[in-house]
Amino acid sequence: MKTMKTVLTAAITAALGVSSAQAQISDNEIRIGYLADMSGIYRDLAGPNGLEALRMAVEDFGGSINGKNIRILSADDRNSPDVASSTVRQWVERDRVDMVQGLIASSVTIAATRVINGTNTLGLVNGSAASSITNEHCTPNHIHWAYDTYPLANGTAAAVVAEGGKDWFILTADYAFGHALENDVRNVVEAAGGRIVNTVRHPLATNDFSSYILQAQASGAQVVGLANAGGDTVNSIITAGEFGLTQAGQSVAALLLFLNDVHALGAETAQGIQLVTGWYWDMDEDARAWADRFYERTNARPSMVQAGIYSSTMHYLRGVEATGSDRAADVRQWMAENPVNDMFAKGGYVREDGRMVHDMYLARVKTPAESSNAWDLYEIIRTIPGDEAFRPLSDSVCSLVNQ
Amino acid sequence: MTPAQTIKANLTELSRQRANRRKWVLYAALLLVALIAPFLAYPVFLMKILCFALFACAFNLLLGYAGLLSFGHAAFLATGGYYTGYVISQNSVTPEVGILIGTFAATVLGTFMGVLSIRRQGIYFAMITLALAQMVFFFYLQADFTGGEDGMHGIDRGHLFGLIDLSNNLSMYYFVLAVFLFGFLVIQRTIHSPFGQVLKAIRENEARATSLGYNTDAYKLVAFVLSAALAGLAGSTKTVVFQLASLTDAHWHMSGEVVLMTLVGGVGTLFGPLVGAAFVVTVEHQLSQSALGDWVNVILGLIFVICVLTFRAGIVGEIQKFMKSNFK
Repeated sequence: MKTMKTVLTAAITAALGVSSAQAQISDNEIRIGYLADMSGIYRDLAGPNGLEALRMAVEDFGGSINGKNIRILSADDRNSPDVASSTVRQWVERDRVDMVQGLIASSVTIAATRVINGTNTLGLVNGSAASSITNEHCTPNHIHWAYDTYPLANGTAAAVVAEGGKDWFILTADYAFGHALENDVRNVVEAAGGRIVNTVRHPLATNDFSSYILQAQASGAQVVGLANAGGDTVNSIITAGEFGLTQAGQSVAALLLFLNDVHALGAETAQGIQLVTGWYWDMDEDARAWADRFYERTNARPSMVQAGIYSSTMHYLRGVEATGSDRAADVRQWMAENPVNDMFAKGGYVREDGRMVHDMYLARVKTPAESSNAWDLYEIIRTIPGDEAFRPLSDSVCSLVNQ
Repeated sequence: MTPAQTIKANLTELSRQRANRRKWVLYAALLLVALIAPFLAYPVFLMKILCFALFACAFNLLLGYAGLLSFGHAAFLATGGYYTGYVISQNSVTPEVGILIGTFAATVLGTFMGVLSIRRQGIYFAMITLALAQMVFFFYLQADFTGGEDGMHGIDRGHLFGLIDLSNNLSMYYFVLAVFLFGFLVIQRTIHSPFGQVLKAIRENEARATSLGYNTDAYKLVAFVLSAALAGLAGSTKTVVFQLASLTDAHWHMSGEVVLMTLVGGVGTLFGPLVGAAFVVTVEHQLSQSALGDWVNVILGLIFVICVLTFRAGIVGEIQKFMKSNFK
């Protein structure tokens, strides 16, 4: 009888021991929520193909880690912070999602990170541009991966001035985002000994840019900087193309332009534009190899956002595997302690404010003659080292820095 | 009165009483459903439905009872939200004070927009409200305190009356339900009052109402301001629930969405906007998390087309028609 009791006790202890080790993966499942614009203006940038990139990462792990299944949930954020907030809240409170991936529009991202702040859920931000996400809006529960506006404005402006583009004309979208971008460019250009000849502001979502482009042409500036985004940038480039801005000797510097935008514009219209990107599919062997796999599944080349989704998910899952836990704090710590070396970045690392620091690239859009196919669009001119590219921690107002 | 007449009068009285009783039973049943709903469904989702339902009810007061199609109601929703968010995060007032201030701001804006727009009817009225709402949108886009396109975030839910912790979803839900019921009862009283009768008269034939001696502009203005105030109340409450206020609420898409909710539910019916809002919010919510995610806008468009083509009275309107013709 006594031996029976001992055996039982031992069995129970063993069972408890096992279960407490397992309990580190909550609900015996690693749940990833993909929140992105699936039907609106950012669909091409992330959208369904971003979900495909996420699936690729999960499949590369065989769909499970140490026998724990990895499940993907996805939702369309409709570019609305309300929808993002309620979806993420539901994921956190009811579905017990461990990681939220995607996060495109800045307003959506800020809303989502406010919800996950202080929970056991980690957010991996790939689509958003705003550098404030790891500055005044930083939380210990999210990491900003692919890029942000700081290197876009600073990198582009510094590089263009260094190449002799001293006189600038800036076309600014008339709202906070455009003003901030214009200000960044002004500081960099003037610090580098350049000059802002003139600036003109246009309302958000303008269709007719001819009067602005004519002013840019008449200003005699060497460089026309586009401090706007999305459809506004595309429309200004089309108009600049129609007025033959680049043929007349002026150059266009876009501060926020993605591969899918350039693809839609075509090399004919977009040729010669200088821009900064966090990743380009044809930049090295690893990138090409992954982009080929992506192309087989989606028939498109990945944007830096989609590549960032794959890369950050892989890094996250490696963290879960190594720590045996899906708690945000544990995985976040592992992700910060281990460098990122993959198809996206070499020697990338996560800072305490949540910024993933990696090299950025100054690119020039190829001419139709140089471009061999519809996706062969960029020529990488220069690599901007990660430590120069992103906002230095000494300028940070993030509450997690220098605590 | 002859005996036959007396019997007939008694019978009508009886059937009216019966109809009245049926109505109260229906109200009580709905209230019961609303009270136990948070235990069956996700409370934040229900709060979203209630906020949009109040917004649609406010819009319906204007379209359904005064016959004025406003295309600028997003401005009131956003104004309520932004001002509530601002005073809560800057002056750390309690949520109910914040909501009152937000609603007041929307009322002031409503008075201003109302005075300008009610002078015209039909498409001109719609275009004036749209134009004014676009001005409001661009104001909020540029203003510093709204956070531009990033929106206003991290608004504390706080403690109701300084006592009840609203960060708990259940207490938040019952507070939102109370706000909704208040708004709903205000509308119910308004449309069943002599004031509401005059509004309906204006909707049917404005010239005749004028010839009867009614100052129709004054009636329309009051209805407009009331509608704006209730839309502001919905926006303020929504801000407290989601702890954010954003440009989505000020965008003209939102003005379009409330038209869709009201039409699908049933224009000029008391419960129509509630059903319509629940329907649209649920469809959006379910679709955006399903494999059909990329088709949400297309599907909502199709629903709108089908609604306008086949059941023009909306869900509640058609049910009422069916009841009337079959169970008189």
